[in-house]
Amino acid sequence: MERGSREYALWSVGLVAIFAFAMLPVLWLVSLSLKTPATVGDGRLVPEELTFDNYESLFTGGFDSPFLRPLINSVLIALIATLIAVTLASFTAYAIARLDFPGKFAILAGALAIAMFPPISVVGPLFDMWRTLGLYDTYPGLIIPYLTFALPLAIYVLVAFFREIPWELEQAAQVDGATPFQAFTKVILPLAAPGVFTAAILVFIFAWNDFVFAISLTSSDASRTVPAALAFFTGESQFTAPTGSIAAAAVLVTIPIVLFVLVFQRRIVAGLTSGAVKG
Amino acid sequence: MSTAAPPQAAAPRGGAPATDKTRAERRLGLLLCAPAVIAMLLVTAYPIGYAVVLSLQDLDLRFPDEGGFAGLDNYVTVLTSGVWWQSVFNTAFIAVVTVAVELVLGMLIALAMHRALFGRGLIRTSVLIPYGIVTVVAAFAWFYAFDPDTGFVNSLPLIADDKAWFGDRFSSFAVIILAEIWKTTPFMALLLLAGLATIDEGLYEAAKVDGANAVQRFFRITLPLLKPALLVALLFRTLDAFRVFDTIFVMTRGALDTESISIVGYNQLIARLNLGLGSAVSVLIFLLVLAIAVVFVKGFGATVPRTPGGSR
Repeated sequence: MERGSREYALWSVGLVAIFAFAMLPVLWLVSLSLKTPATVGDGRLVPEELTFDNYESLFTGGFDSPFLRPLINSVLIALIATLIAVTLASFTAYAIARLDFPGKFAILAGALAIAMFPPISVVGPLFDMWRTLGLYDTYPGLIIPYLTFALPLAIYVLVAFFREIPWELEQAAQVDGATPFQAFTKVILPLAAPGVFTAAILVFIFAWNDFVFAISLTSSDASRTVPAALAFFTGESQFTAPTGSIAAAAVLVTIPIVLFVLVFQRRIVAGLTSGAVKG
Repeated sequence: MSTAAPPQAAAPRGGAPATDKTRAERRLGLLLCAPAVIAMLLVTAYPIGYAVVLSLQDLDLRFPDEGGFAGLDNYVTVLTSGVWWQSVFNTAFIAVVTVAVELVLGMLIALAMHRALFGRGLIRTSVLIPYGIVTVVAAFAWFYAFDPDTGFVNSLPLIADDKAWFGDRFSSFAVIILAEIWKTTPFMALLLLAGLATIDEGLYEAAKVDGANAVQRFFRITLPLLKPALLVALLFRTLDAFRVFDTIFVMTRGALDTESISIVGYNQLIARLNLGLGSAVSVLIFLLVLAIAVVFVKGFGATVPRTPGGSR
């Protein structure tokens, strides 16, 4: 009894410590983003006076504002890269999970090698190739590397999911009178959807997070994404530090992703760990 | 073990129609894989080959008229420069400390999640918040927390009020490493948790009956059985740590001798537009990462999962 309650107390302390460590930098950003320039250096977690000026400044000027254009770029580039990567990965994963053909394992091994590939090693050649091809500082210029570097992850997650699907159901449905098309859309698609969705979440987070390609292959707000834009943020004048606006922008790109991650946490955990366990 | 033939495997496939079917299946399989494989080759294998070509040339975009074949001059320049070797040291230092600390932390968190008395959901939430946050944002958050002008760290007890964290090399490293650990421990914890889930609970019961205490159970059962998952997690995270770029770029931009190899590559390629020298750095980074992967696979026997979800 004694030991049990001590264990519970210790456990509670550990829980709180982990949670606090995870939340601390996020809370600090929120706090900074709500502070006035005069109090930004006071070191207090709870701001003395609240202001939303930092958030307003991000959007003043509409499309010429420092934040709106990069935000739109980030969302569109990550979405398009996700869509293409998951489509291509679904084809590949279906083939690997269900069909018998030579080179299967070479493809999986190659994908794994690319997952470990250092992006900085291809930044230079891509920079040169993209300038020649007119892809430098364009959407496709970022979408192509993102979808490629996300493909291994997507393929691994989808192969793991597709292996679990009871494909006999497709034939069973056809025996029961369904057309092949019906069997696929009514039986197989609903079973595959969770896996595809999980892969999509992971690919989107990957593309949303990238910084190396984003600062190397763009030069203007035409295609610069939020992480790159943040690094080049300047204050409203030469004499004001951009701390408040960077903090506000950081909070705005963080909150949706954090909510998203929390809503789909089981899926993300399943996706991140699929395939990494068995030796 | 029984000697029964594996079911289905040896089932005769019959004459010509079956062969046609096999051939059609092969063709379909390759066709379905082609787009992804081509995309991956086009953006990794081809550029790496191109980087090798560029690295053998004297190619500086600021002086486009000069140049030509330079042989191994660029490699000699890089390999005899103090900047490169220092960045290799910096990167290795950051990687080793980061991975070592997060291995311990990740293991504790994974064990905590596995044996959670209560609040398993809360830990999972805490673990996924750093995972979901953009690395650049996390770097800014920790930068602002430590910066004397905007931070709170210096107002904590035991820390000098005017400590300039980004004023010298090793305190900069301390903050960079802290931010990296914060961001990537979740991944380590989740991989180890998945490994823990595959261990048969019965083993622990049996060990308890035999009188093994918790420490013995951890070192005799958990650790050996976790080895495959552990090696994969270590391999992934070590290679990932070697790519460290975002956090350093935000916090110091490589000032005060805090450059990582990726920062050196970026500076040569994009900031100075010296494609020849920069490509030599790119190729060397590639070879370094390859060497580490080979050491893990050959040296420690890390078996990369060839068939996810299956056993092979």
